[in-house]
Amino acid sequence: MRYVSEFRDGSLARKLARAIAQASDRTRNYHLMEFCGGHTHAIFRYGVQDLVPENVKYVHGPGCPVCVLPVRRLDDAVELALNHDVILCTYGDMMRVPGTKQKSLIKAKAEGADIRMVYSTQDALRITRDNSHREVVFFAIGFETTTPPTAVAILQAKAEGLKNFTVFCNHVLTPPAIAHIVNAPAEEGEDPVRIDGFLGPSHVSSVIGSKPYEPVARIYRKPVVIAGFEPLDVMQSTLMLIRQINEGRHDVENQYTRVVTRDGNRKAQRLVEQVLELRREFEWRGLGTVPQSALKIRKDFSDFDAEKRFPVSPKTSREVKSCECPAILRGAKRPTECKLFGNICTPDNPMGACMVSSEGACAAYWTYGRKRDAAAAIKEAAV
Amino acid sequence: MNNTGKGQSFRTGTVDMTHGGGGRAMAVLIKDLFYRHLKNPVLDQAHDAAVFDIPPGRLVISTDAHVVSPLFFPGGDIGSLSVHGTLNDVAMAGAQPVSLTASFILEEGFPLADLERIVMSMAQASSQAGVPVVSGDTKVVEKGKGDGVFITTTGVGVLPEGVAISPGAAQAGQVVLLSGPIGDHGVAILSKRENLEFETEIRSDSAALHGLVENMISAVPDISVLRDPTRGGLATALNEIAHASGVGFVLQEKEIPVRPDVRAACELLGLDPLYVANEGKLICICEAADATRLLDIAHAHPLGREAARIGEVVEDGDRMVVMQTDFGGARVVDWLSGEQLPRIC
Amino acid sequence: MCLAIPARVVSLDADDMATVALEGIRKLVSTALIDDVAVGEYVLVHVGFALHKLSEEEADRTLKLMMEAGVLAEELEEMAAAGSTGDAP
Repeated sequence: MRYVSEFRDGSLARKLARAIAQASDRTRNYHLMEFCGGHTHAIFRYGVQDLVPENVKYVHGPGCPVCVLPVRRLDDAVELALNHDVILCTYGDMMRVPGTKQKSLIKAKAEGADIRMVYSTQDALRITRDNSHREVVFFAIGFETTTPPTAVAILQAKAEGLKNFTVFCNHVLTPPAIAHIVNAPAEEGEDPVRIDGFLGPSHVSSVIGSKPYEPVARIYRKPVVIAGFEPLDVMQSTLMLIRQINEGRHDVENQYTRVVTRDGNRKAQRLVEQVLELRREFEWRGLGTVPQSALKIRKDFSDFDAEKRFPVSPKTSREVKSCECPAILRGAKRPTECKLFGNICTPDNPMGACMVSSEGACAAYWTYGRKRDAAAAIKEAAV
Repeated sequence: MNNTGKGQSFRTGTVDMTHGGGGRAMAVLIKDLFYRHLKNPVLDQAHDAAVFDIPPGRLVISTDAHVVSPLFFPGGDIGSLSVHGTLNDVAMAGAQPVSLTASFILEEGFPLADLERIVMSMAQASSQAGVPVVSGDTKVVEKGKGDGVFITTTGVGVLPEGVAISPGAAQAGQVVLLSGPIGDHGVAILSKRENLEFETEIRSDSAALHGLVENMISAVPDISVLRDPTRGGLATALNEIAHASGVGFVLQEKEIPVRPDVRAACELLGLDPLYVANEGKLICICEAADATRLLDIAHAHPLGREAARIGEVVEDGDRMVVMQTDFGGARVVDWLSGEQLPRIC
Repeated sequence: MCLAIPARVVSLDADDMATVALEGIRKLVSTALIDDVAVGEYVLVHVGFALHKLSEEEADRTLKLMMEAGVLAEELEEMAAAGSTGDAP
C-alpha cells in the first residue's frame, strides 16, 4: 500500500530509535502528549514505546471523539432512537459505547430502535431518500476531520429538498481542547499533568492546517509537532519534539508534510463555515465544559437540526462511579491506575468509553499494553 | 402431487404460509425443489427419517445454524455455506463426514427463484464434497419474523481409529500451521453489505476441508488440534485453543498469509484481518518434527497451496496469544469483543 | 482518531464523485471537499470523502529525512566507539 507500507518499515524504525536515543538527554524526562487516539493506537499496535528510551514518556490525550462525547449526548441519541420513531444513522464506533445504566445504541437496537450503521454521510442520505415517510437522524460525532462530510450532507439535503433528514450535531474542535489541557489546574487529589510537548493531530490538521496551533504553542510555551499516524511518523515526530525541548524552542513544526499544510483545506473550511457555527461552550467527557470548543448548525439550516426538530427531555445522565475515564482523558491517570480496569471493566463489558473505542487509552492498554508482562512471563516459562 | 407433470417452475412466485402448511403446496415444494436438486437414494426413500449404513469407527455429529447477510455473496451463498460450515465442523474432529441433514426456515414473501438458487448451490456443494443431504425439514414464518431464509444443517461423520484431535490437546513446543490466507470470507461479505459496498475480486473461501484433513491425518495421525477459524477469525480461534489447552501462542506476523486486497479492505474499514471470518481455512497444531511433512501435503492440495507455519505453542499460565510484529514490537492478540464493526476512528 | 487511508484516484465520476483504488479494492468516494483532483493522484480517504491530496514529493522528503537521521545516528555511534570514551551526545 503506497504511502502506508513505507511508513511501517521496521529497519527504518531501528534507525530512528538510535537517533532518538542519542538526542534524548538521559538526565531528564520527556512527557509527550499524543493528542490523538490514532497516535495512541499506533504506539501500542507497533510497540513504539519499546523502541524509545525509558525517559521518553507518552501521555495519552483526549483525541478520541467517541471517548470525549459526554454521556448525556449519547443518552439523547438513545432517546431519539427509542422514543421518536426515527431511523438513527451512526458510525460503527458509537454502537457499543455505554450510556447511563450501560444503555448503548446496540442495546437500544435490540429493544426495537431502528439504528443503522453507516460508513459515510452519503449512506445516511441514501437511507433518507429510500425512506421518505420516515424521519432520519444522522448522529454526527467527530473532530474537524469528520465535520466537513456532515456539512456537505446538510448542503446536499437542502439542495435536494429532503424534508426528513436532520443531524444531531456533536462535532468538537481540537485547538481549544489542547489549550484547555495545558491551562487546566489540577483536580483535587491529582498531580498537575506534566506535558513538555504535543504530538499534534494528523488528519484533523489536513483540514484545519497547522496554523491554529500556533497561538497554543506561543502562549503556553509548548512545542507542537503535527505528526502522521503511521509508526515511523510518530517516531520521527518524537525526535523533532525532543530536539525542540532540548533547544528550549516551542514552535509548531509539521512532520506530516505529505498531507498537512499551514492553511489546511480551505474548501472544506468554507463548507463547514457555511453550515455550522461555534457553540458558546460544550461539555467534554473528562475535560468538563470547554468554551468555544464545538459546533452547532446555523439558523439558516435549522430545518436540518435534530436538536430543533426533536426536543429531547432533560435527563440526569450518569457515568459509572469510580470509572476513571475523565482523569485518563486529561492525561492525569493511566488506565492501570483505575480500580475497574481489567476486572470489572474489559472490552467485553466496558464501563466507560475509553474501553470501547479501539483508540481509547484503556482499550489500547488492554489489547496491546499487557504484552510486556506477557512476553516476560513467556520468557520466564521458557527458561 | 403428480399433476405438476415435469415439475413446477420456481422462476416466479414467493414463499407463502401454504408452503409450510403441510398441504399440497408444501408437497410440491419438497418434491419439485428439494428432492429434485438434492436427489440421492436415501432422500428418495421419502421417509421422515433417513436410514443408512455407516463405516466402522466412532460416530461424530455436529450441527450448525446458518444466517448470513447478504444471502448471496462473491464465492458462495447461504446454501453452499450451510454445507461447508457443517462438514468442516465434523472434519475438525478429524472425522470424515458421511451425510447431512438440512432444516429450512423460510420467511413469507421470500422469492422462490432465490430459494431454488440456494438449494441448487447446496446440492452442488454436497455433491462436490461427496456427502449427500439425506433428510430435511421446512417451516415458514410470517413476514418480518425471519430474514429470508435460515438453514440449519447437521453433519454425521466417522472418526478413524487412533485419531484423538481436541482443542485441549495443544502442548508447549508444538507448532501452528495455517492452511492459507485469512480474511477472504469476511471481506467478501462486507463488500456486499448495505452501506459499505466496495468492489473487490476477493471471493469467499467457503470450501469443504475434509479432503485436506483426510490427507493430513493419513500422513500424521497424531495431529493434536484442528480448528477452522470462522467467526472471530484466527485470533479468536487461537485464544479458544489457548484456553482449552492451558497454553500460550507466539505468532510471527510476517508468516501469516493475508491477501493484499484483504489487507487494504481492512485498512479502509478499520478492521484487523486477524479477526475477520474464514470459511475454508484450518489451523493445525502438531509436533514441530511433523510440520514440514504436513505443509508438503497441504501444498499439494488445492485448499492448502498457501499453507504456512505461523507460530509456536509456548507455556503460559495466562494463556495469551502474542504476536511478533513486522515492525519489531510485540502485541497481545486478544479475543474479539463483540462483533468487529467498521469504524471511522 | 480519524481513520483515513491514502488511495489512488482511478476515475472521476459525475456529481463530485470519484472511484479510488487501494490495492485491488475500488470504492466510490466524494470529492466535494477538494479541488482539481486528477486521475492517478493519491487522496486521503475518510468516511467516504477525499479529504486532501497527498504530495509525493513531501512523502519522499520525509522518508529521506528519516534515513538521514538514522545514518547520522550510526556515524555518531561509530565515532563514539572509535573515541572509546566519546562524550554522550
